[in-house]
Amino acid sequence: MLEIRNLHARIVDDGTEIIRGLNLTVKAGEVAAIMGPNGSGKSTLSYILAGREDYEVTEGDILYNGQSILEMDPAERATSGIFLAFQYPMEIPGVATMEFLKVAMNEQRKARGQEPLKIPEFLKRVKEAAASLSMDMAMLKRPLNVGFSGGEKKRAEILQMKLLEPKLCVLDETDSGLDIDALKIVSDGVNALRAPDRAFLVITHYQRLLEHIVPDSVHVLYRGQVIKSGDKSLALDLEANGYAGVIGEAA
Amino acid sequence: MPAVQDTIDRVRKIDVDQYKYGFQTEIAVDKAPKGLSEDIIRFISAKKDEPSWMLEWRLEAYRRWLTLEEPTWARVNYPKIDFQDIYYYAAPKSTPGPTSLSDVDPEILKVYEKLGIPLKEQEILAGVQKTDASDLEEPSDNVYKSGRVAVDAVFDSVSVVTTFKKELAQAGVIFCSISEAIREHPELVQKYLGSVVPTSDNFYATLNSAVFTDGSFVFVPKGVRCPMELSTYFRMNEKNTGQFERTLIIAEEGAYVSYLEGCTAPQRDENQLHAAVVELVALDDAEIKYSTVQNWYPGDAEGKGGIYNFVTKRGDCRGHRSKISWTQVETGSAITWKYPSCILRGDDSSGEFYSIAVSNGYQQVDSGTKMIHLGKNTSSRIISKGIAAGFSQNTYRGQVSAHRKATNARNFTNCDSLLIGDQCGAHTVPYMEAKNSTAQFEHEATTSKISEDQKFYVMQRGIPEEEAIALIVNGFVKDVIQQLPMEFAVEAQKLIGISLEGSVG
Ligand SMILES: Nc1ncnc2c1ncn2[C@@H]1O[C@H](COP(=O)(O)OP(=O)(O)O)[C@@H](O)[C@H]1O
Ligand SMILES: [Mg+2]
Repeated sequence: MLEIRNLHARIVDDGTEIIRGLNLTVKAGEVAAIMGPNGSGKSTLSYILAGREDYEVTEGDILYNGQSILEMDPAERATSGIFLAFQYPMEIPGVATMEFLKVAMNEQRKARGQEPLKIPEFLKRVKEAAASLSMDMAMLKRPLNVGFSGGEKKRAEILQMKLLEPKLCVLDETDSGLDIDALKIVSDGVNALRAPDRAFLVITHYQRLLEHIVPDSVHVLYRGQVIKSGDKSLALDLEANGYAGVIGEAA
Repeated sequence: MPAVQDTIDRVRKIDVDQYKYGFQTEIAVDKAPKGLSEDIIRFISAKKDEPSWMLEWRLEAYRRWLTLEEPTWARVNYPKIDFQDIYYYAAPKSTPGPTSLSDVDPEILKVYEKLGIPLKEQEILAGVQKTDASDLEEPSDNVYKSGRVAVDAVFDSVSVVTTFKKELAQAGVIFCSISEAIREHPELVQKYLGSVVPTSDNFYATLNSAVFTDGSFVFVPKGVRCPMELSTYFRMNEKNTGQFERTLIIAEEGAYVSYLEGCTAPQRDENQLHAAVVELVALDDAEIKYSTVQNWYPGDAEGKGGIYNFVTKRGDCRGHRSKISWTQVETGSAITWKYPSCILRGDDSSGEFYSIAVSNGYQQVDSGTKMIHLGKNTSSRIISKGIAAGFSQNTYRGQVSAHRKATNARNFTNCDSLLIGDQCGAHTVPYMEAKNSTAQFEHEATTSKISEDQKFYVMQRGIPEEEAIALIVNGFVKDVIQQLPMEFAVEAQKLIGISLEGSVG
């Protein structure tokens, strides 16, 4: 489903290279965990997948279902099924969460040639999704992410993911800022979405999340490269011994 | 937000040219010769069959105007206006004055149809109720429930039709053109005209007093709550013609009225002058809500053409506990010079000003308000949202003052500016003056840019760039949009989206 080939990318503003020859393949139905120390380029990778203009790809390619997505803008990528749950979701003052959901869902439907959702159907879907994440409908009347706690923001990201039904879900440190109960709810939400035609890229620091969302593969990102790949036992190993060993091995 | 959806559709339909109201209409007109003189004023007054006191009033204003200089303090630049190169009177030939719909030139009706202004009462009565996402939101109390709006349509210099007059009359409400009011209700006009904006007030107001051609008149008697929304729709059609409308609204003791004003003009290379005066009078316990959606032609992408909009709007909270509220959405005009104000004369009276001013291309906006606190325990509230894009300049200019006797005067001002791109400018010029130590003035101001982070986030959900910006901007102006009657709120959101079309990329 996703194939990243020898990807090199730099910051447009100052030319610093952040991603330096990254290779990664994720199959449909797979849950791939991306781990790595702070500053190794995990968030940058997620932004580049989503099409953020601050970064420029200088070499390599990103294939999604066999097609390069480098020329697509963020909205086109989203419509084609790529979803990013942000590490730091943005606040959108004055735009009720509910309104935002409706615009996003209908924009995506429109791009796919579908009719906009009728209000009752829309409300039904939102209510169900919110209930499954133990979110209060009253919260959805508030402007998106404005004044939301860290945990609420993360839940709101997963709510959007549920409603938009993407095919490639990139979760950037969705576990940070969540207490144990919230972590369980969010993980259950993600697990419920696991499907043979859907892939996940789960970026995290901690084994903790991977106990709930059990990955099929684990990849260690360091200085803009995948330096080691393995199965879920690799995450346990990292938890026990830290990154130093893996980094040393690769050097 | 259904409007965003709509905005998208609309914007798509309008390709290169964004101003959809720019069409011209060929209609036989009756014009005064070009230029301004006592004779022209006599001509206008005679055309309107005015009593002699009205002519005298005009002539006095004209003589005063000759002694005045055009003001230069606003942050706007434009070539000197040649006041002798303007037609001061243009009326569609077939319509000598307000008549019933059946007498109105069908070409004019077509214009209003194109503009989406319903003039046929039965159509308005049949009014389609909106079924959009608004049921997701808490209904605000200003939503006008029955969905009916009485319209006074002003075409160039004359009012062509006023709807729902009969029904309003039953409630005791007078809603007609100012020309008709001068003939039919001279005692009211004489009592109130110029009592809020004196003929000597300022250059443009004085000019207006001399040459005003039409406008609306509203009188809501004691204790009456006006049974429907009133609205005037101004259309400037003729080339080189100034529009000088005059509106006078009076709410007697305990009365309530909500009034809407909308404006458009055809697209022309020459600049056109619009210098209106609006006066509001609220007696004890009365309330007037005045909303404007101004969409005069702003000029083309290079800044050629467009309307010069020099407007004096003032409300007098003459009675105790009276309230006047201005809400404006300013998206059009090449130049806007406009400061709807409140004189808080009665004790416990209150004034409000809610404004959205959008500028794009080479538009220049200098707008704001004055809140003059004279009575005791008076309060005022100012919420201004300026949005600048393209090469435009957007200035908020506000004055809040408390008189010596205005004990416990309170004001809250919040001015937010949003910049789109880096070629435009937003400026805030607040003046505050308290001659009374008990006055409490609060002022907040912010300037922000639509951040790339926000835009990226919204687009990541599948919302294309233009729509993402419209969504963020509509969020930014939400507090003000909520003040508008529902029909206008939807229209205003669409307009804002259209005005910002082409502001990215
Ligand atoms: N837009 C940017 N401007 C400046 N530095 C950046 C930018 N984006 C990423 N970086 C830098 O790139 C490195 C990788 O960052 P990031 O992808 O956020 O790491 P991670 O998510 O793995 O902690 C860091 O050193 C970070 O400071
Ligand atoms: Mg990160």
